[in-house]
Amino acid sequence: MSLLNVKDLQVHFPIRGGFFRRVVDHVRAVDGVSFNLEPGETYGLVGESGCGKTTTGRAIIGLNKATGGEVLFNGDNLANMNGHDRRKHIRDIQMIFQDPYSSLNGRKNVLNIIAEPLRNFERLSPKEELTRVQNMIERVGLSPESIYKYPHQFSGGQRQRIGIARALMLNPKLIIADEPVSALDVSVQAQVLNFMQEIQKDFGLTYLFISHDLGVIKHICDRIGIMYKGRFVEEGTAEDVYNNPQHLYTKRLIAAIPEMDPAKRFEKMELRKEINNAYRKEYDSYFDKDGRMFDLKPLTPTHSVAVQKGGM
Amino acid sequence: MAETVLEIENLRTSFNIKGNYYAAVDGVSLTVHKNEVVAIVGESGCGKSALALSIIGLHNAKTTKLEGQVNLKEQNLLSLPVEKLNKIRGKDLGMIFQDPMTALNPLATIGRQIAEPMDYHMKLSSAAKKKRVLELLGQVGIKDANRIYKQYPHELSGGMRQRVVIAIALACNPVMLIADEPTTALDVTIQAQIMDLMKELQRITDSGIILITHDLGVVAEMANRVAVMYAGEFVEIADVNTLFSNPLHPYTRSLLSSIPSNMTDKEELHVIEGIVPSIQKLDRKGCRFAPRIPWISEDAHEDNPTLHEVEPGHFVRCTCYKEFHFPEDQVEDENYVTT
Repeated sequence: MSLLNVKDLQVHFPIRGGFFRRVVDHVRAVDGVSFNLEPGETYGLVGESGCGKTTTGRAIIGLNKATGGEVLFNGDNLANMNGHDRRKHIRDIQMIFQDPYSSLNGRKNVLNIIAEPLRNFERLSPKEELTRVQNMIERVGLSPESIYKYPHQFSGGQRQRIGIARALMLNPKLIIADEPVSALDVSVQAQVLNFMQEIQKDFGLTYLFISHDLGVIKHICDRIGIMYKGRFVEEGTAEDVYNNPQHLYTKRLIAAIPEMDPAKRFEKMELRKEINNAYRKEYDSYFDKDGRMFDLKPLTPTHSVAVQKGGM
Repeated sequence: MAETVLEIENLRTSFNIKGNYYAAVDGVSLTVHKNEVVAIVGESGCGKSALALSIIGLHNAKTTKLEGQVNLKEQNLLSLPVEKLNKIRGKDLGMIFQDPMTALNPLATIGRQIAEPMDYHMKLSSAAKKKRVLELLGQVGIKDANRIYKQYPHELSGGMRQRVVIAIALACNPVMLIADEPTTALDVTIQAQIMDLMKELQRITDSGIILITHDLGVVAEMANRVAVMYAGEFVEIADVNTLFSNPLHPYTRSLLSSIPSNMTDKEELHVIEGIVPSIQKLDRKGCRFAPRIPWISEDAHEDNPTLHEVEPGHFVRCTCYKEFHFPEDQVEDENYVTT
């Protein structure tokens, strides 16, 4: 059984205006997204800023309320639960945030930051709590005495490890990582990515990895979903998407990855021009009369693509 | 060889921290030729932005000490008084800033902001000025120039704003452009567009460009020559093809192998041990990269590392590159020494 099953998820934000700030319209940030996560896999959500990938992640963990659709976690629908019922399930889902500078409370020391999930969900004596935190902090490669330090005393990579330690504290099953390495330098990024892969094996974690960096996604993800305007454009295994992209939008994203061979730079530039022209020409045929992207249609058991007007 | 536009000689930029001066840029020499893109790459904290700001003179003069020479058009920019420097900045020397959201004035129309350097440096009639602005907007790939001319920055997307920032830098036909992380704040597809635009512009203008970036992908796409910077010094200078096909310095090789898109499978990425030392704690004797490759024997390093020209145009600092290997593979190391 899938660990997480997202069915036709919708998150709409109201636009208010006019008299008494009535709701005049909605922003359809996420508009009918479906996918499932198998235990132990890494699923990548990719797209440009504003495509709804972060909102999808936040709706799964409950930071944004789902307007419609289902979020089935181990078979239980989290989307329509009240806070009390939700609490029983939510400890198995944790989140790693993008910016390690703003996601840690600067007034708390590392012990208090990492112990917070424990204090929320478990009743432990201060001594038990301390040993749990110390074990975890060593596991993420920081020195045991650092638990009495404050976030500003750490480098970006170390802070991201503290964020990861906090997420791991309750032995979660699913981790939603929202751009966990975008704010980091290349070498630190490599460090955090390696570390995330290592703990995935050790803790048996499933990742929902949200990023705009196609290089990182290719490196870490088993399956990938490409989003545009709150809808899925294409979904498949990493090979499907990178070696055999079907949708023009996917091709456009992949062509935008910088070419690492300096000799091919002008070739790449021409390729991008070609794809952009085709994209501009065919743009309208990707949307139905309401301006929504069409539903996904399976090509192979693993690979599906949003259809285009007039067939594929 | 093409004409030299900018010549930096032994530039040292030191910041005053609690009464002592510490060099963030420590003896950098670089020549930029006409129609050439020189990329400066390194991690954050290695001094690349400090170098860019030293060239254009944007450091706070009270807390910064600049030594050496930055020669543009036979004038040493470092020794010029501010009034004279202002005649050069924005005219001969243009700058493209990182974040297009903050680099533009929210209260002025796009047209006015592009015309501003022209008001200052060129005497043009208002009709000629407008014509030039529209021409510039066309050059940076903005189709509907007449409409954009009257708009304000908040009405434009990030990519459009960055195009406007580039148009401002190009307004007075600079001979030298400094681009400080021009694509870092942008989305992937927009980044690709801006990179392609800058390549096109480089074909039509003759200016030399210094491109500051931490992204080796951007370097591979845009640069002619690359200078890799670490702890305030250049550790390797080479033309772009050489640097990617035959990187020599341990730092360059480590950086290249830590990029995810460079690897095919879910292999482990290379991690550079430790962090870039802060300028206060930096040990300025010996090879500055040595603490981050502790598995290389001390004898491999020079006492006073200098840039060695290993082949024409390819410079490497220190001798440690000859014995460098990644800790995980000894085999490659043996091949390496024989070649």
